[in-house]
Amino acid sequence: MKKFDRRKFLKGSLAGGVAAAASVGHEAKAAHTFEGYPDSMGVLVDLTKCIGCRTCEAACNKEQGLPAPDKPFDDMSVFDEHRHGGLKRRTSEKAYTVVNRYDIPEQGEPVYRKFQCNHCNEPACLTSCFVNAYTKTKEGAVMYNPKVCVGCRTCMIACPFYVPAYSYSSPINPIIKKCIMCYDTRLKFGKAPACVEACPQEVMTFGKRKDLIKMGHEKIKFKPEDYVDHIYGEHEVGGTAWMYLSKVPFEKVGFDTHLGTQPVLSYVKDFLAIVPMVLCIWPALFTGFHLLATRKEARKTEQQKSEE
Amino acid sequence: MPKKLKKICGAAVFLLIASLPLQQCFAQGPDTVVLETLAQYYDPVEFDHVMHVDMLGEDSCATCHHHSVGTPLVDENCKRCHEYGGETESANCEDCHPAQRFSADYLAEIEADIHLYHEDKPGLKGAFHQKCLGCHKEMDAPVGCQDCHTRTDAGDKLFRSGKYAPEPSESTAHAH
Repeated sequence: MKKFDRRKFLKGSLAGGVAAAASVGHEAKAAHTFEGYPDSMGVLVDLTKCIGCRTCEAACNKEQGLPAPDKPFDDMSVFDEHRHGGLKRRTSEKAYTVVNRYDIPEQGEPVYRKFQCNHCNEPACLTSCFVNAYTKTKEGAVMYNPKVCVGCRTCMIACPFYVPAYSYSSPINPIIKKCIMCYDTRLKFGKAPACVEACPQEVMTFGKRKDLIKMGHEKIKFKPEDYVDHIYGEHEVGGTAWMYLSKVPFEKVGFDTHLGTQPVLSYVKDFLAIVPMVLCIWPALFTGFHLLATRKEARKTEQQKSEE
Repeated sequence: MPKKLKKICGAAVFLLIASLPLQQCFAQGPDTVVLETLAQYYDPVEFDHVMHVDMLGEDSCATCHHHSVGTPLVDENCKRCHEYGGETESANCEDCHPAQRFSADYLAEIEADIHLYHEDKPGLKGAFHQKCLGCHKEMDAPVGCQDCHTRTDAGDKLFRSGKYAPEPSESTAHAH
């Protein structure tokens, strides 16, 4: 039997651990600078133009073949509906996009805000999904595969915008439902989503995300009295494909302004990257320690046996 | 060659006379304009042009026509380049504002034109509604969708309204 050198063993395992940690650090750094696919598309939503006509909701319902709504799309009483805790309407399995009304006292007229999946550059839903049902396409859409989805609802908790909805109406095979930016029927053919095209006021501008950011800043520059100097979604949670311009501060029209600029992924990836390392190295390492620790005893019992 | 000169003079006079009523007509604009390019979910709009001109005054064409009819400009931003531009070839909305604003072809076109300033020019539908509704809000004119255009059957179907309205139910879609 070849002699087992404890010092060498410890040295080797330490060096391996450091190398693994270093490679994790490097990956984390590279992922931080990911700003989405270079030519991915996006939508710039100008809230100052929205009149709350709900045509986008109607167009979405038709395009996605969603079930009939509870009230017609020209029924404006939905703006007075509230969920538990006085919260405004949210996306559901029947509606991938909703418009809400915000009454701002200092503003003469109400502000309407359309909302749907923001199609993050680095989506939290995708990160959280353990069956890999989610995909971020190069066109910018965040897609999910209903065939793979097991209905665990982790993405609903992970999403910083509370977008994914659940098909509670289907007890046998409930799955996640959300806006897919009309990827199947429009986006992959270079066409704008149905809501964008249907909007009478052209509240939404469809184009390359990088162009929309420039356009948004130009708009702010030319009409500083009409806009807050910020494009919501340019940097929030690492950037989103859907971005917003507003005249009133964003927090007053239902936007969470405390999300930070880090993608949700970056809060968990250091830990998640360690998991496979721990699973591979620790068993070997501790088996080694165990063998070393019990080596003397094993030899003793062997000697005793041979003496006998 | 007096004969040829005569011919040219004749043609010039003819052209001058022929263009007179046209010019006058152009200065006034048409009485009504039927906006039908985009009609699908709503019937075409019969826009009472002369009524709007009367209301705003003859010199206010640029309120809607930006810089295309040769009258004094209204928007300070337009003046930066178009102050002395004069009349343009066409004053029709749809000759500048594309009906298919977000088609792949149009997006490629604006991307290829590196000298294009008006990259964010609204499409035809956006231009109509932003212009009309912007003024209508300010002047307390009607702002409801069906105040200006009646919805078609296809429109009722899209909005799930009228005969396509859903059965009233107790539960709401947003309970969760």
